[in-house]
Amino acid sequence: MQIARVLGSVVATQKNPKLEGAKLLVVQPVDVADQPRGAAVLAIDAVDAGIGDRVLVVQEGRAAMLALGRGTAAVDAAVVGVIDSVHLEE
Amino acid sequence: MNLARVIGTVVASRKDPGLTGVKLLVIQPLKPDRTPTGRPLVAVDSVGCGDTEEVFYVRGREASIPFLPAEVPADATIVGIVDGWNL
Repeated sequence: MQIARVLGSVVATQKNPKLEGAKLLVVQPVDVADQPRGAAVLAIDAVDAGIGDRVLVVQEGRAAMLALGRGTAAVDAAVVGVIDSVHLEE
Repeated sequence: MNLARVIGTVVASRKDPGLTGVKLLVIQPLKPDRTPTGRPLVAVDSVGCGDTEEVFYVRGREASIPFLPAEVPADATIVGIVDGWNL
């Protein structure tokens, strides 16, 4: 899983039927120091995350499908947790 | 499978029900000479490992297999604690 910040949401009226009613978020992967890393991605929201939240993102098809909970679906990323805190050693 | 070191923990109260009760750890992938490679990621623990331990993990679809029949939405799972390696 990646740590990411929610940048915003995506509205798409015409989409695959399996995605109807699912909330789509734009999330920016960040490193452990909260600095942006890599490209922002779109992810299904499974936990009702809000803009600015630090979240856990799975970037793998099966995990995203499990989070969406609608069987086989054309998804490859999902927000599966809202992070309260990260504790690092040292 | 890849080598990594556990470098931290993640607390998330609001999460997918499939992640309830699992331990979320921040891991740093390692090269065989124990130097870091790539960026840290968050992995689910399936073996009961602790802080700063060296572990190995799987990525991708296989990451949810250790928890079957439970359906855990994981894309990286720690599947072993490394005692040591010889090169």
